[in-house]
Amino acid sequence: MNAPVTSFDAVSVAVLPPVARFNLRIAPADLAVASRIFGLTLPAKIGEGARNGDRAAYCIGPDEWLLHAAEVDQSAIMSGFDTARAETPHSITVLSDREIIIGITGPAAIDLLSTCCPLDLSRMAVGHAKRTVFDYAQVVLIRDGDDAFRLEVWRSFFPHVHGLLEIGVRELAIGL
Amino acid sequence: MLLIQCPYCDDALPELEFAYAGEAHIDRPQDPSALSDEEWRDFLFIRSNVKGVHAERWRHINGCGRFFNALRDTVSDRFVTSYKAGEPRPDTSGKEPAQ
Repeated sequence: MNAPVTSFDAVSVAVLPPVARFNLRIAPADLAVASRIFGLTLPAKIGEGARNGDRAAYCIGPDEWLLHAAEVDQSAIMSGFDTARAETPHSITVLSDREIIIGITGPAAIDLLSTCCPLDLSRMAVGHAKRTVFDYAQVVLIRDGDDAFRLEVWRSFFPHVHGLLEIGVRELAIGL
Repeated sequence: MLLIQCPYCDDALPELEFAYAGEAHIDRPQDPSALSDEEWRDFLFIRSNVKGVHAERWRHINGCGRFFNALRDTVSDRFVTSYKAGEPRPDTSGKEPAQ
């Protein structure tokens, strides 16, 4: 895939390769069951994330988790949850094709995101994730490092969000 | 920017993430067909329109997705407190608005 990449020294914006993505709704009391099926201890507090290899889990609501895995594991994970459904009620939905991931890295990453995101990003801990808005488009923002973020945006909002990021990069590059 | 405390996220977050959802603590009548037209009208449409501290529903729609209740001063637009859905309205008499 010829992923669009926009970059200059202080920040770069790149479209990242797709992953298998799930939305899991389960009672917090049953979290251990979900952790066992997914093979990763799911975080219990809103905003927190856990990561091990290509598996990642982010808690984005009181009973809602965003799960990431390699694309080849998608059907195995679904059948694992299907088997447990009779005893542990839950809902799991595949969102792999609904969203596109944009990687934003560089010392000016926070400056670039702050152009359209109302959160105080300096307060966001590394490894955490939050559902928020980016110029009225709902996104999930994941912080991978001090100056590395991933933005998950619905496919239909992608041209708008990516266009704004490209404008932001150009403005930062010329010192506006 | 106006910050709103979400009791589920336990954090003060920007107003843009939230949606207003009307007055709080309005219970649906147990037996609607027993009500007169006037009582049903009052349930559907008549609200208290408080000047001062108002209990209202908010939804953290671009966040955790939950509905919760908040007490907001409609004169100063300051939030006094927020609390989870289903909890009784906290007694805030004599307390200064927070934030």
